[in-house]
Amino acid sequence: MIKVNLVIVGGGPAGLAAAKSAYDAGERDILILEREAELGGILNQCIHNGFGLHTFKEELTGPEYASRYIDEVVKRGITYKLNATVIDVSNNKTVTYVSAQDGLVQVQAKAVILACGCRERPRGAINIAGMRGAGVFSAGTAQKLVNIDGYLPGKEVVILGSGDIGLIMARRMTFEGAHVQAVVELMPFSSGLNRNIVQCLNDFDIPLYFSHTVVNIKGRERVEGVVIAQVDDRLQPIKETERFIPCDTLLLSVGLLPENELAKNAEVQLSPTTGGAVVDENLMTNVEGVFECGNVLHVHDLVDFVSAESENAGVRAADYINGVTPCREKTVISCTNGVRYCVPTVLNRDEVYAPQSFKMRVANVFKKVELAVLADGVKVYGRKRPVVAPGEMENINLTAEQMKMLKQAKSVEITLIKGE
Amino acid sequence: MSREMICINCPMGCRLTVDDADKANITVTGNTCPRGVTYAVNEVTAPKRMVTGSVKVQGGTIPMVSVKTREAIPKELIFKSLELLKNVTLTAPVHIGDVAAADICGCGVDFIVTKNVDRV
Repeated sequence: MIKVNLVIVGGGPAGLAAAKSAYDAGERDILILEREAELGGILNQCIHNGFGLHTFKEELTGPEYASRYIDEVVKRGITYKLNATVIDVSNNKTVTYVSAQDGLVQVQAKAVILACGCRERPRGAINIAGMRGAGVFSAGTAQKLVNIDGYLPGKEVVILGSGDIGLIMARRMTFEGAHVQAVVELMPFSSGLNRNIVQCLNDFDIPLYFSHTVVNIKGRERVEGVVIAQVDDRLQPIKETERFIPCDTLLLSVGLLPENELAKNAEVQLSPTTGGAVVDENLMTNVEGVFECGNVLHVHDLVDFVSAESENAGVRAADYINGVTPCREKTVISCTNGVRYCVPTVLNRDEVYAPQSFKMRVANVFKKVELAVLADGVKVYGRKRPVVAPGEMENINLTAEQMKMLKQAKSVEITLIKGE
Repeated sequence: MSREMICINCPMGCRLTVDDADKANITVTGNTCPRGVTYAVNEVTAPKRMVTGSVKVQGGTIPMVSVKTREAIPKELIFKSLELLKNVTLTAPVHIGDVAAADICGCGVDFIVTKNVDRV
């Protein structure tokens, strides 16, 4: 068995940023395991611009953003393996990977950072009835076919889901000569950015049907069309509103799920809300020395936030390898009154008081609210927001002094105070 | 003429109504902050967009390489610029920043490569 101090599973934006920061924190014995043939992860197929405004103060495309971090990793001489798929992580931090070059290899790590990203929800996850002809793709699969492989997967397209990937693909398919008939969204609002609705749909007169869904897929060999219907306020399709749209392709952009199969093997406790691990403010899971960052922890809106979070994970993992032991006593942060989740999920009841950022999402669109953090029911932090929406992750930055108040409290709550 | 649009500056997504009947005095309503006015006026006078795409690359580790306009180009040139890309084939190696197609439709903006591709 090989011994490595820090194994990072995944060479996308999270893994690259974690590796860079762990190195800069003094850790030299790092191994990145990446299953694809190149570093960069999903950024390689996200050829549109809009990445990096926070990190680099300029708008980059996905491949450009990835190359900035790849350059940093290469410059530091950090070891990475490509075409290497991790098949197991045990709770004593033995990482098993396979590659055509090395065969099956076991690595004993002192710390493991899981940075394996998320996966798209497929057709089976939303149970669309109908035939099983070719032409149903997840939006990300279509994106890979068009942008990396140079194939157009269809000519007459309907897109289910108005998340950013669905919107971006509506424009991309249009650019490549396909006709996008409609984007269909179950909810009465889009989880995508307004900018994408304007620049990917409105610019090309692509209709967006809110409160609609696809109820049936027709076509035995190849998709011949889909039946869409309006839904009621309980999201149930209304029979009388059904109508047929002829098309040869249905793209699904119906949500992302953190990919935690490896975490489960390692007996990492998962959050039912995010699908990612339950982590403390050091991004450490309940399994000592196993960390999570990026979209495997919770799905982010912006890669900039993935990088920032992952840089933190890299430093914390380096600290842990250097002997900083985690505190056993935890306070679970409760999310109430419309706050769906927050990361970190728990706080260590120790005496380390450092500035800390919390990432959170709300469950619905709320106007004129105050994001508040309460320690034993007393407001420690509050910030008024004209509007909050599920599609926009909110950041709360607390000072060391505020963190001290939270860590000394018996209960910590993140909540929305509504009204003026 | 009066037009409706959604402001893209923040999650608020204000629904703006723009009246540009009088070109010298374009009026914007529905905005919550001044950024909405700037956005709406640009949208009705000189809308511009970044365009990204991909072109063939010969002899490289991958078959297609991504490109972008160096800066935003006039919106009406989007499809003409994409037409140009169909006839471009680059030869590996290519590097981020290399020009893939110069001076798109005479607007002075180039398509540049956004990914490094090594020769096989």
